[in-house]
Amino acid sequence: MTNQEANDLILDIKNLKVRYETQDGIVRAVNGIDLTLRKKRTLGLVGETGAGKTTTALAIMRLVPDPPGIVECDKLEISGQDILSLPENKLEHVRGNDISMIFQDPMTALNPVFTVGDQIAESLEIHEHLSSKDAKERAGDMLELVGIPRERANEYPHQFSGGMKQRVVIAIALACNPQLLLADEPTTALDVTIQAQVLELMNELKEKYDTSMIMITHDLGCVAEVCDEVAVMYAGRIVEEGTLEDVFNRTLHPYTEGLFNSLPNIKDRKAKLKPIKGLMPDPTNLPVGCSFAPRCNYVSDACLKAQPQLRSISQTHRVACTAYDNPEFHIERRIL
Amino acid sequence: MEINQTNRNQQRATKLYKKRSALEDVWRQLRRNKGAIIGLILIVVIILVAILSPILLDYDKDVIGQHIKQRLKPPSADHWFGTDELGRDIFSRVIYGARYSLAVGVVAVFVALAIGITLGAAAGYIGGKFENVVMRICDIFSSIPSVLMAIAVVSALGKSTFNLMLAVGIASTAPFIRVARAAVLVVHDEEYVEAARAIGMPDWKIIWVHILPNCLSQIIVQATLRVGSAIIAAAQLSFLGLGVPAPAPEWGSMLSAGRQYIRDYSYMTLFPGLAIMLTVLSLNMLGDGIRDALDPKLKR
Amino acid sequence: MSETLLDVRNLKKYFKTSRGLLHAVDDISFSLDHNKTLGLVGESGCGKTTTGRAVLRLIEPTSGEILFEGKDICKLSKNDMRKQRKDMQIIFQDPFSSLDPKKTINQIISEPISENKIIRDKRKREDRVLELMETVGLAERLINTYPHELDGGRRQRIGIARALAMEPKLIVCDEPVSALDVSIQAQILNLLKELQEKMGLTYIFITHDLSVVNHFSDEIMIMYLGQIVEKAPTEELFTNPIHPYTKALLSAIPVPSLLEKRQRISLKGEITSPINLPNECRFAPRCYECVDHCRIGIPPLLEVNPGHFVACFEHV
Repeated sequence: MTNQEANDLILDIKNLKVRYETQDGIVRAVNGIDLTLRKKRTLGLVGETGAGKTTTALAIMRLVPDPPGIVECDKLEISGQDILSLPENKLEHVRGNDISMIFQDPMTALNPVFTVGDQIAESLEIHEHLSSKDAKERAGDMLELVGIPRERANEYPHQFSGGMKQRVVIAIALACNPQLLLADEPTTALDVTIQAQVLELMNELKEKYDTSMIMITHDLGCVAEVCDEVAVMYAGRIVEEGTLEDVFNRTLHPYTEGLFNSLPNIKDRKAKLKPIKGLMPDPTNLPVGCSFAPRCNYVSDACLKAQPQLRSISQTHRVACTAYDNPEFHIERRIL
Repeated sequence: MEINQTNRNQQRATKLYKKRSALEDVWRQLRRNKGAIIGLILIVVIILVAILSPILLDYDKDVIGQHIKQRLKPPSADHWFGTDELGRDIFSRVIYGARYSLAVGVVAVFVALAIGITLGAAAGYIGGKFENVVMRICDIFSSIPSVLMAIAVVSALGKSTFNLMLAVGIASTAPFIRVARAAVLVVHDEEYVEAARAIGMPDWKIIWVHILPNCLSQIIVQATLRVGSAIIAAAQLSFLGLGVPAPAPEWGSMLSAGRQYIRDYSYMTLFPGLAIMLTVLSLNMLGDGIRDALDPKLKR
Repeated sequence: MSETLLDVRNLKKYFKTSRGLLHAVDDISFSLDHNKTLGLVGESGCGKTTTGRAVLRLIEPTSGEILFEGKDICKLSKNDMRKQRKDMQIIFQDPFSSLDPKKTINQIISEPISENKIIRDKRKREDRVLELMETVGLAERLINTYPHELDGGRRQRIGIARALAMEPKLIVCDEPVSALDVSIQAQILNLLKELQEKMGLTYIFITHDLSVVNHFSDEIMIMYLGQIVEKAPTEELFTNPIHPYTKALLSAIPVPSLLEKRQRISLKGEITSPINLPNECRFAPRCYECVDHCRIGIPPLLEVNPGHFVACFEHV
């Protein structure tokens, strides 16, 4: 890594582990992941329910509830600043200023008793130390930026529709011009046509503000629209990561293949769906070997013995799969 | 399939894979709550005392038998709680009084439950005009102080233990109507209720089989807490001379009787008062504990 | 094998609200053949769910006829309707709220059987439950578990088993997979497809996800604000969409592939309120091809190609 690249690093995580100690056992939500993200890049964090995507985002924000959550990490830096050792009052400065988060459900992310304008202005007053008048002014600008007329700043959240609310949430998240934006399923609760509008808006704003973004989603379609890089998570581990082209066009991991095969093909409607068999493993009782082995079509004895480590296939593309010990190995998937 | 079938007949599948009862879950939650456990132990002791008191004590001799020579004795080794103005042992009377207080509390709450759930559930499920009428009547009921209402009922029906239960019960109906209606409204829109209609289940059965069991937890909590207030209401009525007729040792009437001696013989009011407090307190602690144990949001 | 199972004529459902009459379903007609799947597609608030419920008379329609095997079920008495429900079932979207949390799987699946007195003997009923569980791919050992102990996919299978218990002819599937993970979605879709082939079921498949419905349906009906804007066989609709709304919907599907970059049609604004609607094409306020005569009235649904109906002044 050259110096230039190191300076460009917005996010640098080494060996992040999160577990929740509940009375039913220890839920191992995130089991040692490394993530790096450079300036202006967008990473898609893909996986199904329970893969540990949201927990990862919460850990980056240092928002994992404790108890029952316990976070262990060798390194967690945001633009070179060590987040792990920061005291709570400094963290509050980092949140909102350097990182912000867009939540899945716009209905619960807004406070129903404050006007939309006030909610945007609030974080500006706290982080940018603007006077309340200036903050109001900027709030209006932000609303216009996300395509809402500034006159509506004095309205309450319930007067907005779902798509509009999500725009407001985005405006709040971007108000302080953060370096890193965490978007947790930002369009899942929205209708297709509205989803298209919001994705377009996010793409535009990203360009404009040079923000780096982590987009958490289970929708590979959305990933194709917005992301530059993709990390596929399964049972708290990253099983494959690379550029968008790497993961979509040169898929390596059997789980990633399974995800693609589960989707109905819009081109060939008669094609039978090939779902991944079985279910996600119980996070309180993960298998010794590869977590995906029980559902994998290419499973061998070696998979059950030890946890596969991420290996580099090319400069950008890495996969955690024991089968690639055999240089002949390849998965069946052909590009749609 | 053949083999499967024979296996099945030897050992029914339902027996083979045992149900894990919801009750066990609640118990597990409850056990970790100290207040609830203290409340539970206390209330069990009080109930045991109430049940065993006729065996331990001779009602005619120990409880209502007058011993004028022994009157107004302070607490001592012979009479732990002292004696009253007629020489009766206050300890025995307080113990025996648990029977009346608990019986009145429990029966009154059952009366309130029966009326409240029927009306509340019907109002919530049927809606419209019926709901409006029921809820307005409910409003009127709650705007009258419950003791006043109970006094009215007792005066109308006559003074007896049963009428006291009835009066207190009717007076505490309104909160049950509200709770039942609110619970039914929440459950009413759940899709499993619609699923039950889709399979052709009649409305009354849907309420009974699907809606009420899912409202039960809130109703149980409400009932536990209300037994306490019913006991207080009954004591108040007895204090006013409208409750259990003398010489029966009801805690409220003991308070009332001790009132004129309170300056010199305060123990006459102290112990029945403590008994009421302890019973209500333990019921409230238990009720709070049950509510926490049943509320899935507080789990973990 | 292609006789008509369901024929819906001029179905309307209005709700009274404090602000005026809400037109949830506004005069729609369609028919559905035996053993076919009709996909009902639209955004939230377009009336697709209300249509599904009204067809089963779970919501009482304001007016219209619903002919099920030639018999108008709207005219049935409450009692006769209860008996009729055997033939028409529903699978719900939310696998969490659609199962009674206080009942075991055994109780949930056997309820329709005992309720309609199909099998009176308790042991035989239990065998039937186990048979149904096997059909939908649930392990026998789960028979006495409670829904909250299971994941979404398994719960949805319970919902399907409950719907199948009375061997219905028609099943309304109300977004049956939209709450599930992708890999589980495919499992459930395959299961539904298998069951259709095996049991000769007819589906009304309600969804907002066009790629799912493309895979699943024989015919697709696109709804907007309580009305049908386009209806066509699936192939035809995807290759030759005519209504501007359909085109926009199709272009908005996020495709998980990098090989083709499509031209996206971006719609302005959001679905308008279904209360007190003006007498004009309902899509006009958002339409990118809207011209003056779109505002003169509600466009009728006309046949442009065999089986392909469109309601648009501009394109018909």
